[in-house]
Amino acid sequence: MGVRRRVGGFVLLVNPILCDGFGHCAELAPDLVHVDEWGYPIIVTEPVALANLAALESARYAVRGCPRQALRIERVHDAH
Amino acid sequence: MIAPESVPRVLRNASGRPLTLSQHEECFGPLPPGAPSLDVLEASGLTGRGGAAFPTAKKARLIREQRGHGKFVVVNAMEGEPAAHKDRTLISANPHLVLDGAQYLAGIVGARHVAVCVSRDDPIMVNHLQRAVHERDRHGARGVSFELHTPPWRYVAGEESALVHWLDDNESLPQYRPRRPHILRIGHAPVLVDNAETCAHVGLIARYGGDWFRRLGTPTSPGSALVSVSGAVARPTVLEIPLGVPVRSILERAGADPDPQAVLMGGYGGAWLDARHLDVPYANDALAPLGSSVGAGVIIVLPRSGCGIAETQRIARWMANESARQCGPCAFGLPAIAEDLARLALDSRGARAAYERLVDRCGAIEGRGACRHPDGVVRLVRSALAVFAEHVEDHVQGVACPASRSTRHYSAVPSLEREEELIWE
Ligand SMILES: Cc1cc2nc3c(=O)[nH]c(=O)nc-3n(C[C@H](O)[C@H](O)[C@H](O)COP(=O)(O)O)c2cc1C
Ligand code: SF4
Ligand code: SF4
Repeated sequence: MGVRRRVGGFVLLVNPILCDGFGHCAELAPDLVHVDEWGYPIIVTEPVALANLAALESARYAVRGCPRQALRIERVHDAH
Repeated sequence: MIAPESVPRVLRNASGRPLTLSQHEECFGPLPPGAPSLDVLEASGLTGRGGAAFPTAKKARLIREQRGHGKFVVVNAMEGEPAAHKDRTLISANPHLVLDGAQYLAGIVGARHVAVCVSRDDPIMVNHLQRAVHERDRHGARGVSFELHTPPWRYVAGEESALVHWLDDNESLPQYRPRRPHILRIGHAPVLVDNAETCAHVGLIARYGGDWFRRLGTPTSPGSALVSVSGAVARPTVLEIPLGVPVRSILERAGADPDPQAVLMGGYGGAWLDARHLDVPYANDALAPLGSSVGAGVIIVLPRSGCGIAETQRIARWMANESARQCGPCAFGLPAIAEDLARLALDSRGARAAYERLVDRCGAIEGRGACRHPDGVVRLVRSALAVFAEHVEDHVQGVACPASRSTRHYSAVPSLEREEELIWE
């Protein structure tokens, strides 16, 4: 079980309609998110391996810390 | 009653007025009795004519597989592209062919309701469609009810999720759809959205079959398509052409400038095509390697005397103003891009910096809106920088370009109604 959960990857997704562009997520998950010149998040689009626990953890911080609940983690099956 | 061997197909009607239901059945024959067939639609290979060229049967199958009562078929006759006139021309000739197609699609997916959507700012279209819908209701439409809906005009109001949002909740705003395909819904009911021209082709496929449909066009882009040609032409026209004919032959038929600089293919969210490539077949697989596509069936002809950068700037500025302003990268990014283009076109000192910013900003905003509106602008701008590369270099070097200041425009950009809202220095 524990092993299977690490197979595959994830992406962090933002709903741009909900997002207010204060860029909180870029502070919470700096390895996955940086902000554009207007403060809106640009998120790494390449899937990240679930085995990368640090990245997964910071993505979770961002999801929980987003004041607009605009972020979501989605599992994908292919990852590097 | 005989299946036409060549074009016009969906535009067959020389009377200059919309055919009534009885005239329509005289011209095309009645819809055949029996259940509508997804296999027939699949065999035709028809792809959507609203811009994305998605296989129509594939989309219908997806909705057919959904459970849910009260499914809808939505006919998208919004025609938001200012340079497009094809759906209007079609509806002014054969409104019932569009409704036939919608009815057939409703039968395939198991829908009881057809919502025909046209902008309320186009009273003539509203009138034609109202009359056609009434006629249907009087004569019975095999268990399918037709309703006319008239959202206000906006460029993004014709985007399918915005259209369904309007039908569901009276707001013409696109919806966030992280996963595609995404099933759009009115309440809980799944919705199939098809462009008006797509429906008209379905109306003919229903009668004459998939093999007949494939007698025109190419194996990968079968059938005929409507094209709105404008710009450096004697008169803007809508033509029905077999897909796969050389782009040049379309220009010839439209009476266009025989030696243009470039053509804008697809619409305002489309891509410029250098005039060197005018012998390319008008079909997506041939156009794709050139960065271009059929899109919404728009061709805008730019003569050698025009400035492609200034033309692109006017379009981009208008498109920026048409952002629904729900998403930051679109609401802020598009005006910024339009401003960079203005500097590139008109400001000899700031041109180089503007060019560099433009390239960066296109990269930054692509794919980051809830809908594809900003991606269309990025595509347009990138194609302009590539096709007009030499001319861009002149602007960057500060070489005078009288055309960029000329008041003669080719892309028929409407004046900005809400310009004061635009972030614009
Ligand atoms: C910004 C935007 C505007 C659009 N406007 C229209 C429109 O006015 N009419 C239309 O038929 N499709 C429009 N589309 C495409 C629709 O979203 C949708 O793909 C189409 O109606 C599907 O029909 P089809 O499969 O028959 O092409 C637009 C798309 C975008 C991104
Ligand atoms: S924290 Fe949420 S609302 Fe704020 S910028 Fe990030 S995604 Fe947008
Ligand atoms: S991308 Fe632009 S047009 Fe599309 S929903 Fe977002 S703000 Fe509106």
